[in-house]
Amino acid sequence: MILEVNKLRKEVSSGDSKLVILDDVTFNLLEGQSLAITGPSGSGKSTLLGLLAGLDTATSGEIYLNRDALHELDEEQRALLRKEKVGFVFQSFELLPSLTALENVMLPSELKAEDEPEERAKYFLDRVGLKEREHHYPNQLSGGEQQRVAIARAFACSAKILFADEPTGNLDPKNGEMVSDLLFEVNAETDNALVIVTHDHDLADKCDKKINLKLGKIVE
Amino acid sequence: MKYWMIVKSGINRKKIRTFMTVFSIATAFLLFSLGRSVAVAFNSEVDFAGNDRLIVVSRLAFTESLPMAHKNRIEAVEGVSTVVWRQWFGGTYKERQNFFPKWPVPDNYFDVYPEWELSEGAQEAFSRNITGMIVGKDLADQFGWEIGDRIPIIADIWPKKGGGVWEFDLVGTYTNSISEEQGEAFINWKYFDEARLYETGRPGNYIVKIENPDQAESIAKEIDELFKNSLDETKTSTEEAFSRMFAEQIGNIGLIINSVLAASFFTILLLTGNTMSQAVRERTPELGALKAVGFTDRHIMLFVLAESFFLCIAGALIGVLIAYLLFPLFSGLAIGFSGEIEFSISILISAILVAFITAVISGVLPAYSAMRLNVVDALRKN
Ligand SMILES: Nc1ncnc2c1ncn2[C@@H]1O[C@H](COP(=O)(O)OP(=O)(O)O)[C@@H](O)[C@H]1O
Ligand SMILES: [Mg+2]
Repeated sequence: MILEVNKLRKEVSSGDSKLVILDDVTFNLLEGQSLAITGPSGSGKSTLLGLLAGLDTATSGEIYLNRDALHELDEEQRALLRKEKVGFVFQSFELLPSLTALENVMLPSELKAEDEPEERAKYFLDRVGLKEREHHYPNQLSGGEQQRVAIARAFACSAKILFADEPTGNLDPKNGEMVSDLLFEVNAETDNALVIVTHDHDLADKCDKKINLKLGKIVE
Repeated sequence: MKYWMIVKSGINRKKIRTFMTVFSIATAFLLFSLGRSVAVAFNSEVDFAGNDRLIVVSRLAFTESLPMAHKNRIEAVEGVSTVVWRQWFGGTYKERQNFFPKWPVPDNYFDVYPEWELSEGAQEAFSRNITGMIVGKDLADQFGWEIGDRIPIIADIWPKKGGGVWEFDLVGTYTNSISEEQGEAFINWKYFDEARLYETGRPGNYIVKIENPDQAESIAKEIDELFKNSLDETKTSTEEAFSRMFAEQIGNIGLIINSVLAASFFTILLLTGNTMSQAVRERTPELGALKAVGFTDRHIMLFVLAESFFLCIAGALIGVLIAYLLFPLFSGLAIGFSGEIEFSISILISAILVAFITAVISGVLPAYSAMRLNVVDALRKN
């Protein structure tokens, strides 16, 4: 089991009032499987993804990621776990603007002190079809190209599980399709698990599993 | 390399803003360095080296007068060759803004200043003519005075017996062969001392010419020792130290300099603090992404601090460099009130110290808020 989630609950308090964003979320995912999280806007998808990736802490409940009890780790340990086991693709790409495509892709592997980060980075840039653009800066790339760089970055650091929060949300349909195809294609070559938040039903249908959130709860 | 890459990316993000901030910080450090150079001179110990003239003033305050009897006792000190004296005259030539120093002096006064060249016959006329006056060449040019002119001075500190305006006859000028200074006026001690309303017989301070500059410090000590526990204790120092005392008296130099230093310090703080909190705010999603790929809170905090260090240190180095280049000009301007000042390494060291302190103070809040950033919120900001 790469991911095991039990009775996850997330509350935020703003002033006196308490807001329940996630409630009683329970599911699991096998190694190498893919999962789609769907649901209307504001239903708690990003919040859930953040908890699963160790970017935030839950109010209660348990998360085991690759058998590590994520809910028991402190921030340092979660940063380590993110570094070692987690890849992330964001809706708005989040490349560092003053680094080239290649440097952006190398960054996580360099942080991990992996062997030959440059070779790995070049391989994955090639894999997403941007070999020619490695010395370009993000602002010289289109949205679709930037997201492909982000995908190369997520794969280059040899994670166990990859999280993508609406990776096609900021792209037009054609680029969106290209990016989601790439995500699955490259993922198929690894034994990574893949968790995707999406509005896109075609993308969701490609996944092995689906959960649908409504007001912070899993429905159906 | 990887960490530097990220810091660099922060600095390069808004090149114009980085440039403007560094430039403004540099300006503040320019002021800081020049202020420090004067402050250092004012705070330094009296440096006797190379001085063959000493100035003896009252220990109470350099504006207090001393008895005439001190002259002979100072003259008797081993190594002293000549003792002359003077008194600050004050007074006004026509209008208050026509300010220049005027000193009643004995007629052998100029022997002590071999670097001054008196105009032809000036010394002799000065000795002969009780109302004679010798002025610097610059001063004579400024007011268009000719030899033989009668110069009226309105009394303030020293009223004349029976009242009225002091009048002096210009008998000569001097030029100074080693410095720009040729803007003072000298009048006859004998005339001044007899005609003034009070304090007759007491000079303001003594100027002591010594035979060997190497003995300056020990002779200074010996002179002060002579008058210890008397009614008129003395403090012997150099001309440079005297002009600093003088400047302190006229304006509160210490306060002025400290205000400049404090203002530049706060400017740097505000500039850096403002730039850094803006930078962190703008980069919230980017910092979130860095955390997501595995950078720890501590890393994030260090990146932000490194950036504020870069701004402050770069600003400091550039500011100090500009100060260093402008220094010859500045010391020329400052010499009138602070004496010889120098650009010492301590200015660079104190600038870097200030840069460190301001970098920490101004960087710490933005760095802390960057560190505390919730990644999910940060990324939602888009
Ligand atoms: N820190 C917070 N404070 C208040 N409300 C929050 C906070 N984080 C999330 N929310 C709210 O929780 C709900 C779920 O947000 P989110 O997980 O971003 O939804 P989704 O990604 O499904 O659109 C939203 O209504 C959002 O406004
Ligand atoms: Mg969302």
